[in-house]
Amino acid sequence: MFDGPEPIYVQIADHLRAQVLSGELREEEQVMSTTQFATTFRINPATAAKAFNGLVDEGVLYKRRGVGMFVAPGAHETLLAANRAAYVAEVLDPALDRAEVLGIPLSTVLDHVRRRASAARPAAAQTSAPAQDPRPDEVTS
Amino acid sequence: MTAKPESAETVAPFAAELRDVVVRYDRDGEPALDRTDLTIPAGTITGLLGRNGAGKSTLLSLLAGFRRPTSGEVLVGEPGSLEAAYENPWASMNVQLVRESGDVWGDERVSESLSHYELLRPAWDADLAGLVLDTLEVDRCTKYEALSRGKKSAVAAAVGLASRAPLTIFDEVYLGMDAPSRYAFYDLLLADYAEHPRTIVLSSHLIEEIERLFEHVAILDHGRTLLSEPAEDLRGRGTSLTGPADVVARHVGDRRVLSEQRLGRTAQVAVLGSFDAAQRAAAVSDGLELDGVTLQDLFVHLTATDVAPAQPGSGAPVAQPQEER
Repeated sequence: MFDGPEPIYVQIADHLRAQVLSGELREEEQVMSTTQFATTFRINPATAAKAFNGLVDEGVLYKRRGVGMFVAPGAHETLLAANRAAYVAEVLDPALDRAEVLGIPLSTVLDHVRRRASAARPAAAQTSAPAQDPRPDEVTS
Repeated sequence: MTAKPESAETVAPFAAELRDVVVRYDRDGEPALDRTDLTIPAGTITGLLGRNGAGKSTLLSLLAGFRRPTSGEVLVGEPGSLEAAYENPWASMNVQLVRESGDVWGDERVSESLSHYELLRPAWDADLAGLVLDTLEVDRCTKYEALSRGKKSAVAAAVGLASRAPLTIFDEVYLGMDAPSRYAFYDLLLADYAEHPRTIVLSSHLIEEIERLFEHVAILDHGRTLLSEPAEDLRGRGTSLTGPADVVARHVGDRRVLSEQRLGRTAQVAVLGSFDAAQRAAAVSDGLELDGVTLQDLFVHLTATDVAPAQPGSGAPVAQPQEER
């Protein structure tokens, strides 16, 4: 774990953000201490602390003095919003670039999206759609 | 069981400093250390890296006060009140150096050697020594010289950790251990360091498996400090670019190339220096893949025989030729 080329504190922060985003770490849940983190993943405690402090500044975690670090209320929503904002640039555009390289016309891609949308619609109608469900127009904005 | 100074627990982690240090073993030969400057920040786990003969062991024995520099100053102590290391009882009480030789008495049982250290080290923790020996499966009733190389290393590890010295130095003690023992040692070290902060210096050739323990890294090369900086800064120092060779070359610009690999028309080039957001975006939109360069790779490139050293702290491009010696 954390063997990537980026600085380790960046990888740790990414890992924790992903856990909050996926719901593996819930709001108000205590996260591992820097000491536990350091000994579990064999990293310097200062490196773990750097990642944690960055996440405190971002509002993903907060400190309870003498107790430890907890997932901040609203962290899940904040991360969702940030990841949605980056979705087009980080996921969709590269996929469309790839389509261009492969000679797949945009109309073919659009047909696929439409098919997915119409397949998803009945299922979405049965369950009450969550308030934050991204509308197609939000994604393209 | 022993009279320990009351102040034992209140000694803060030590810093260490070398100022313009020369060590010459032989009048006409090349010096082991050649006008070396180095600061080891207090409270960090610092990695001291260097190729064979770079001067690591000489430097570490200076910090422990085991030898006097030919010229220059070697200082250790709490930040703000550093003292010369050599012939200094306060320094030698608070600096623990362990080497692969174990720094114990060969014809004694391990338990006897440890009891000597218990007298010597104000913050000695006998329980921790026992834990390290048990974890690394050392029979403490055996005479040290009868132990295998790996178990000798384990005794050195126990001495170093249990001393809880404000400056604790491990000079490649783990080289004799097998991989599971080394990992067990790293775990013991991290767990105890987290509970009892102190300055720990580790020298090693096993960069890949140990680099994540470092907060600070110093690289020695030919008796000089090639660089000394926070480990995370060092990891960000190199960038690797992969893509069509001509496109890669355009984005490399005049940055110093550390290594270059070609596979058909694709090139992977590692350069010194980072890319800012705009440069990164430009490279990515031209179809390049950007990655970091591992500490091990940086080390190999920076200390390769024909490569000039980096200028620490400066961004790209770095093309400072090495000063003639």
